[in-house]
Amino acid sequence: MLRSRRTWVTIGIIDLLPALVAVLLAATDLGPRPGTGPAFLSAVLADGALYPLAAIAIILPLFLPAAVAITAGEAIAGEAQQGTLRYVLIRPVGRTRLLIAKLVSVMGFVLVTLLVVAATAYVLGVVLLGNQTSTATTTFSGTSLTTSQLIERTGLALAYALLSMLGVAAVALFLSTMVQSPLAAAMGTLALLIGSSLLLTLDAAHGLRPYLVTRYWLSFVDLFRDPILWHDVVHGVILQAGYVVVFLGAAWANFVTKDITD
Amino acid sequence: MIRTHGLTKRYGAVHAVEDLELDVAEGDVYGFLGPNGSGKTTTVRMLLGLVLATSGSIEVMGQAMPARASDVLPAVGALVEGPAAYAGMSGRANLALLDAMGPAGERASRARRVDDALDEVGLGGVDGRPVRAYSLGMRQRLGLAAALVRRPRLLVLDEPTNGLDPQGIREIRDLLLSLNGAGTTIFLSSHLLTEVEQMCGRVGVIDRGHLVLQERLDVLQRPTGRLQVRTPDVARARSLLDGQVESHDDRQLLIRYADAAALNSLLVREGVRVEMLAPEKRTLEDVVLEATESGSDRVARP
Repeated sequence: MLRSRRTWVTIGIIDLLPALVAVLLAATDLGPRPGTGPAFLSAVLADGALYPLAAIAIILPLFLPAAVAITAGEAIAGEAQQGTLRYVLIRPVGRTRLLIAKLVSVMGFVLVTLLVVAATAYVLGVVLLGNQTSTATTTFSGTSLTTSQLIERTGLALAYALLSMLGVAAVALFLSTMVQSPLAAAMGTLALLIGSSLLLTLDAAHGLRPYLVTRYWLSFVDLFRDPILWHDVVHGVILQAGYVVVFLGAAWANFVTKDITD
Repeated sequence: MIRTHGLTKRYGAVHAVEDLELDVAEGDVYGFLGPNGSGKTTTVRMLLGLVLATSGSIEVMGQAMPARASDVLPAVGALVEGPAAYAGMSGRANLALLDAMGPAGERASRARRVDDALDEVGLGGVDGRPVRAYSLGMRQRLGLAAALVRRPRLLVLDEPTNGLDPQGIREIRDLLLSLNGAGTTIFLSSHLLTEVEQMCGRVGVIDRGHLVLQERLDVLQRPTGRLQVRTPDVARARSLLDGQVESHDDRQLLIRYADAAALNSLLVREGVRVEMLAPEKRTLEDVVLEATESGSDRVARP
């Protein structure tokens, strides 16, 4: 997958949006007022080293999950559609093994994307945006972070984003074992994500809110408060783990007992 | 090599395969015949563990399928319902990737095995073009090469000469027969009677999910005990052999007569000009048409 040109084009396009935002911010110096707009964006004008986090906050709601939905939705249904699934299975590759291999490759794609985006954003942030030379970065709570703390928390944030995408990948993989067309699997997953984001804004859906897949995605922002606000992050981890277990389990149960007829 | 007992597959109310008792011996070239939609492909897929049987058992190389698939399948090469490959990669890269998946694909010998398989199917000189640029015949050959890479003991082939020209068909037939000569068992599923007639030692005929016939080909094609005579003197021959002529038209007679040589000398002695005299044999086509009804792709008005 890493040798495929399409993978890198996809990563490049995902990377383009935060890069564009950085250029616009640098050119105009017009940040959103504190407390509005995407997370971190007001902070990065002062400190470019925070821009990787802002970049992740920009791609996490739609760009990255859309790419994950398409990649994971293609995993089984795509192989079935081009006829290679049957030849892979009679090689033989065990069905459980194939499912795990597909999930690992999707998560590898997410990891590479996140790292590319974070690295680009760091360079752009330091070059174009605020170049506060001090070693201390300010948290949302006003206290400062040492460089090692910043690296640690950025790592945690990346891991959290990775886990959030694992939930999406599990759903898409399940749909990919269910339907004939990779497009249907990707669209089904996106429908779930969009539906979830929509319900989050609806007061009538208040009771459902803690169970919606996108509910805690941006909670990694709380890792940059002082002290860290663990409540939402922990709930997010538990919720994503629940989605992963349920949908991967369903994908496995469906795939190992499925008649491969295409 | 392959043995099934009461093998049954139902899709809801549809009985795709019913109570199938296949028996393929080691070293056979076994022709699996049947009209379209008779259950051939479903059976092939069940043998390979792709489709799971509703009931009944399958034994391949003495081991239960699909329970022992990871032991059995490395020694099986298969072509199921047409070849398939990753369209963006070259044929050689496809074979190497497929070989790298699953057990028993030794890395050190991979390049050589891939080259050997490509040579065998006549693609030895193929360049780095992606498979999407291949012709139908080249894809078919590549599919066969994929089945051969692991030097299988059993080949399960579904319509292996599909898309090939007459030379290609002859070439693949010779290849398969030489592999069989070297000890490979071949299970050939086809609806091309001539292909089966030219290659197979045993045939099984499936119709509407039931195995209606399983027999050696030479037994099926045994002489019927009748003689075919072609002559311009039909009337004279009929009066001579009154009672033994089973049917006739204006050029030919079908005669029940035990000894062809005796009949020939009798006819010649009596001045009947014989153009041709031969024992009547049933063709595979006769046998199959007799055993089966028309395929499910024919949807007649009731």
